[in-house]
Amino acid sequence: MARYAADYSLPHQLYGCVKYADYPHAEILNIDISEALKINGVEAVLTYKDVPGENRFGLIPNIRILADDRTRYLGDAVALIAARTIEIAKQAARHISIKYHKLPDVIDPRESLKEETIKIHEEGNLVVHHKVLKGDIARGFKQSVHVIEQDFSTPAIEHAYLEPEAALAYPDEQDGIAVIGCLQNIYTSHKVIAAALNLPLAKVKIIQSTMGGSFGGKDEASTLVAARAALLAVKTKRPVKIVNSREDSMIQSYKRHPYYLNYRWGCDQDGRLLAMQHDIIADSGAYCSMTPFVTWRSVVQAAGPYRCPNVKTDVRGVYTNNNYTGAMRGFGSPQVNVAIEIMMDKIAEKTNKSPLEIRLLNGFGDGAVTATGQKLSHDVSLKQVLTIAAEKSDFENKWRQNRSKENQSAPVSKGIGLSCSYRGVSLGAEGVDAASAVVHVQPDGSINVSSGIIDMGQGAQTALAQIAAEVLGVSMKRMRFLEPDTTRVADSGPTVASRGTIMGGGAVKIAAEKVAELIKEILAEKHKIRKESLLLKNEKIETKSGKRVCTFTDAVKLCYAKGTPLFANGVRYIAETDWNEKTGRGNAYFTYVYGANVAEVEVDRETGKVNVTRFISVHDVGKAINKSMVEGQIYGGIAMGTGYAIMESFIQESGMAKTINFDEYYIPTALDVPQMESFIVENPDKHGPFGAKSIGEPALEIVAPTIINAIFNATGKHIYNLPASLEEVLLGKKLRRDVERGSLSCKPEV
Amino acid sequence: MEKIHLQINGRNYHLEVPATELLVDTLRERLGLTGTKKGCEIGECGACTVLIDDKAVNSCLILTAQAEGKKITTIEGVGDYNNLHPVQQAFLNHDAVHCGFCTPGMVLSVIGLLKRNPRPNEKEIREAIAGNLCRCTGYKQIVEAVLDVIGQGEKNI
Repeated sequence: MARYAADYSLPHQLYGCVKYADYPHAEILNIDISEALKINGVEAVLTYKDVPGENRFGLIPNIRILADDRTRYLGDAVALIAARTIEIAKQAARHISIKYHKLPDVIDPRESLKEETIKIHEEGNLVVHHKVLKGDIARGFKQSVHVIEQDFSTPAIEHAYLEPEAALAYPDEQDGIAVIGCLQNIYTSHKVIAAALNLPLAKVKIIQSTMGGSFGGKDEASTLVAARAALLAVKTKRPVKIVNSREDSMIQSYKRHPYYLNYRWGCDQDGRLLAMQHDIIADSGAYCSMTPFVTWRSVVQAAGPYRCPNVKTDVRGVYTNNNYTGAMRGFGSPQVNVAIEIMMDKIAEKTNKSPLEIRLLNGFGDGAVTATGQKLSHDVSLKQVLTIAAEKSDFENKWRQNRSKENQSAPVSKGIGLSCSYRGVSLGAEGVDAASAVVHVQPDGSINVSSGIIDMGQGAQTALAQIAAEVLGVSMKRMRFLEPDTTRVADSGPTVASRGTIMGGGAVKIAAEKVAELIKEILAEKHKIRKESLLLKNEKIETKSGKRVCTFTDAVKLCYAKGTPLFANGVRYIAETDWNEKTGRGNAYFTYVYGANVAEVEVDRETGKVNVTRFISVHDVGKAINKSMVEGQIYGGIAMGTGYAIMESFIQESGMAKTINFDEYYIPTALDVPQMESFIVENPDKHGPFGAKSIGEPALEIVAPTIINAIFNATGKHIYNLPASLEEVLLGKKLRRDVERGSLSCKPEV
Repeated sequence: MEKIHLQINGRNYHLEVPATELLVDTLRERLGLTGTKKGCEIGECGACTVLIDDKAVNSCLILTAQAEGKKITTIEGVGDYNNLHPVQQAFLNHDAVHCGFCTPGMVLSVIGLLKRNPRPNEKEIREAIAGNLCRCTGYKQIVEAVLDVIGQGEKNI
């Protein structure tokens, strides 16, 4: 039975919790823990002064394990408590008194860069400013017949993985420390925790438990929980378990970045794009998690999969006193795709074209050059996926019918919408792109596969094991995938950016091929045949002419008898990217994927309620290693994207999170999701194992604008500020509640 | 402390628990039945769903003392790796298990449904699992798994 982090317990364990910041922005003058320490059952209370090593970490190392100089958002931990029960720990948290000097809060990211705004970090409030420049933007607008300008906003989004963060840390038998946790990037966590404890990496072991969802969310947020448990375990010399409640999780964890986007596009009289200008502000919140990388993907993809000679894009990430923001499925693309695809429909409207026509007119074809100057050298299947999506949904006919006065003034109006996108695969020029794997054929022929790629529910273990099975020509019954720990497999980089299959799978393929080579060498020697003539398939080793040599199991036995253990390491490294930060030019990603979506909606014009009735998703995945799992990713992406479009918003007022459990933060239920159909297109790519690319993020990244465009088709009204909630659709604005949250009174300790 | 008697997965338990203890905590913390998950603790997510006298209930919304004398089924009592319940097998066949965290509650809600309505239609299935949140699957493969189980005829649900 699967065991998640919170399911582990050890004898003599203590329970940990945090004392939260009382203000979103304040100097910490004094922390008095003396009263808390007097409580019977309290074993340790720690502040930043008790961190033996590095208290700060991150890409720009300003995330605090424990708040030191200031609090910067209400999810900051000012102190840590370990006690014999969780109730005692929470009671102790209430007895810690902190003296603050309150500072002004920075809530609106659009105010953050103003001269008079207080600086949240010493280096100022600008996290990063990325640019892309192509051609002459002024000339482009001068040549344009139509110019359309529009502001957009997208909200903070909670990952809402069903498993809240948890960790169990314990001193091992040799002066080191082990941590069981649900961690998206165990290698990062490993370094952060070792540095915090001031221990060498070899004395810290991170054990990955089964992970109950992540979607990008269990990086720093889970690392913090694990690091805090480790600090308490070292201090008390006892196992310490921290299990976040849902409220803890939502208050502490980072979100998808809220974006404020200004888009200005110019085109000729037929709708051909001539100029695209984008000015984007991303709210990084209190700290820098992945903001430089998230906004980098935005700047690369801000012009969409469309040809245009003149492009200027500016993306600024800024600090505020809101929840910090970081990686979430899509990683900087869902926000810009909302703007791009709504703009495309506006251009279509202006030039009297259908949404399909305008996209086919402007969309990339083979050999197209992107806004960053990259010439696309793979199969550019944008028009292929668009055409399939339109045909399968009868898009053109329905789109025209829905534009009738009868439909648009009926009590319930029908709408259909279309979107498409391209997406850079894996990390791109933002990071070293390498992954490791180990394939170990045991003496009885059963096989262990391990990789540093984490399975958080997306099925990486199955896909990677399938790749090894394919190379070794054996059935999946032999395969056993081992949960990674940091002592077993070398650093594989993060399981992000939809790189699990293409990079982790690539590494597994290399490792499996090395093992296959060992088997062939031994057999070739014994049977005096050329090893090149041997094939591994159907559980056998045979010659290319079809002559059976022996069974796989016998081959394995022979190898071990000859002193050749079947164990190999594989490393997949791709270095075909380059980027010039100053000019905003370069080969951003080594390959791209293409997708097109169609949504059908019914809009209740009296209540503003949007019912998404049908959704068609077409994706070129290169090659589907496991079709059913690819479909699963697509369906899950549709559901999450439906939430982004019409339901979800992580609301904060004056830095105070308002939607901290599922009674107010709504995610789609089985009754909220549309009927779904997926169509998989396969144009194999030379970079991926058997041609496979990716699907996790593409599946999500254009769902929202597809639905928004369908609402426009139904009502004739565009939505520019997500989500398209009842009031946004009906009134064109958001309504805010200012009463106290009911369930807070049920949980006074939160 | 309350002295209570529960029948959990066919076994009798005589326990002494605080009057305020929730059933989910008794199961997870006191008895080590960690298959029952905690996702929200306010009855919104369904991860802690168990069957009480064959009805699906959020175990975070019921005090252990309220379950006195009742028959409780947790996921540990449904099936195991080598002996899966038909609903569990159908979930696997349809790739309806992604991260797996919602799965125990989801499976119990489905079993609860099939016990009171052996041949539900798709709408009834969706209504029965509307209290079980899943962030991974989009629910489609789950619904297909349930339809498949019904199509196989009446097994011992």
